[in-house]
Amino acid sequence: MSNNVHLSTTVLDRPVIGAGHDFETVTETVSQIPLGSRTPLPWVAIFLTALGLFGLLHLALGYLVMTGVGIFGTNQPVGWAFPIINFVWWIGIGHAGTLISAILLLFKQQWRMSISRFAEAMTIFAVACAAIFPVFHTGRPWLAAYWLFPYPNAMGLWPQFKSPLIWDVFAVSTYATVSIVFWYVGLIPDLATMRDRAVSKVKKGIYGIFCLGWRGSARHWHRYEVASLILAGLSTPLVLSVHTVVSFDFAVSVIPGWHTTIFPPYFVAGAIYSGFAMVLTLAIPIRFAYGLESLITMRHIDNMAKIMLATGLIVGYGYTMEAFYAWYSASPHEQFMMWNRMTGQYAWAYWMLISINVVMVQFLWFPQVRNNVKLLFVMSIIVNIGMWLERFVIVVTSLANDFIPSSWAHYTPTRWDYMLYAGTFGLFLTAFLLFLRFVPMIAMFEVRMLLPQSKVKADHHAH
Amino acid sequence: MHTNQPSNALFGVMAEFDSAQDLVDAARKTVAHGFTKMEGYSPVPIEELNDIIHKKRTMLPALVLGGGLTGMATGFALQWWASVIAFPLNVGGRPQASWPTFIVPSYELTILFASLTAAIGMIVLNGLPQPYHPVFNVERFSLATSDKFFLVLESSDPKFEPQAANEFFRSIGAKGVYDVEQ
Repeated sequence: MSNNVHLSTTVLDRPVIGAGHDFETVTETVSQIPLGSRTPLPWVAIFLTALGLFGLLHLALGYLVMTGVGIFGTNQPVGWAFPIINFVWWIGIGHAGTLISAILLLFKQQWRMSISRFAEAMTIFAVACAAIFPVFHTGRPWLAAYWLFPYPNAMGLWPQFKSPLIWDVFAVSTYATVSIVFWYVGLIPDLATMRDRAVSKVKKGIYGIFCLGWRGSARHWHRYEVASLILAGLSTPLVLSVHTVVSFDFAVSVIPGWHTTIFPPYFVAGAIYSGFAMVLTLAIPIRFAYGLESLITMRHIDNMAKIMLATGLIVGYGYTMEAFYAWYSASPHEQFMMWNRMTGQYAWAYWMLISINVVMVQFLWFPQVRNNVKLLFVMSIIVNIGMWLERFVIVVTSLANDFIPSSWAHYTPTRWDYMLYAGTFGLFLTAFLLFLRFVPMIAMFEVRMLLPQSKVKADHHAH
Repeated sequence: MHTNQPSNALFGVMAEFDSAQDLVDAARKTVAHGFTKMEGYSPVPIEELNDIIHKKRTMLPALVLGGGLTGMATGFALQWWASVIAFPLNVGGRPQASWPTFIVPSYELTILFASLTAAIGMIVLNGLPQPYHPVFNVERFSLATSDKFFLVLESSDPKFEPQAANEFFRSIGAKGVYDVEQ
């Protein structure tokens, strides 16, 4: 026990943010980004691209709604393809934000403070992108409501609660709601700072409305801290449950390759792994473009790379176990599934994901790699490609070559599949760039808590 | 708040400090001096301050527990009622009330209700949204969300007297003392 205490103090003693900061410099560095009038040129360039992709999303969804799901490559026997792959991929990415803001809060990891805000924004936008797929792959989402949501309808029908798909509706909608609530609660004190620092009346008014009249009284803060801790405590089992339930969509079925007990932990680890990759993909350019190197330090980058490594190793263990189960099950269907993954029509995808998620991730053992931001940026993008391929392999290989050879087929996505996927990047980037422009992207009050000005010595004259 | 309201309609007297330590020290001295109606304001949460000034912890955790249990009961009751009474469906011959399959939605609604209770409870108990408060009348108070710490002695305090409060704050090292208009 005493060993643990000693270890944690030495880790916490290392500076989380750069030297020379005080309350004013932290507040100014972060708040001047949304309050200032200067928008970095890359922001404008990426925003225009994002809007273009966002338009593509509207086009794809519009055509889908007018025509029907026949525009997708999804067909028998591959009745589940791009929509579920992209859904799982996006929702997995969201997990890192909740891990940073909730689980690392419970573990008192102070380094989370400068990255929690934008990681959580990433979560919300990723979940929004994810939600598009299950909603729209029904073809007529306005008609799907009655079997997705329990509400009294004129037909007297109720959802089928014995299906993991309905559990998923509950898990994902709860996750989206709680993420937004947690994020907003975290924003309130910082929005008050924005209100107090804004010069223009309009900005003052808007931030003033959203901060609800926060004034930082001792009573306010006390309830606030209690609420934050409770929300973190609730979000922790929630985030673990979300990808668990997503994996139930597969694991509760009887399809070879899906029906395994390793799925829940393996999916959760994969989600966190890809989520941290996305946080790195976003954090590395952001800290550079906005000059935030002293707040998002190399320690953050290094720690995130380490979490990526740790969760990547769990994912690798998952792949090993999948192969082992297939062999140990003595079921010819399971054994064929695994052999087909490795040597069948989609073997290229399987070996690509293995070389990314099992082999490439090993380079993160080296501090030189973890401290090379350019390399890490490229690797973080490759990791997310690898994680997309993982979902592709899980979904498509098990379906394309199922129990009866006469029903085997080759799945090819159509241009609409690609367009919808690209379109969700438009939604994600547009929302994220607007967030960067108008909302303080670093939790100022939390970073202030790291500084000596906020420290209080214990009272020796107890009353 | 029906205590003696002074005629000059002063909400209180505000003292400014530079650090959390200074504010906590000042609050301790103010309490030791016999004042009761005061409030500290800071740009960071200070755990000790609530204990010193209010000596009372929030009821929020109990509310959240209630919210969570309500969510769990709602989730389970909804599924049970929908699957057994409203729309019984034979799924592979399983019992209508197969409770293990009801666990996940019940669990999610537990978390949903508890989280909403935590967030809304915090906001409502804090009396928010409250766009106006007398402390906003002090110009320096805009720094309370950036880098300054404030202690306000309120006029509802039985021992409150503006001049004495002003002198007291100066004697305990306030960096500035301001009248807070009602």
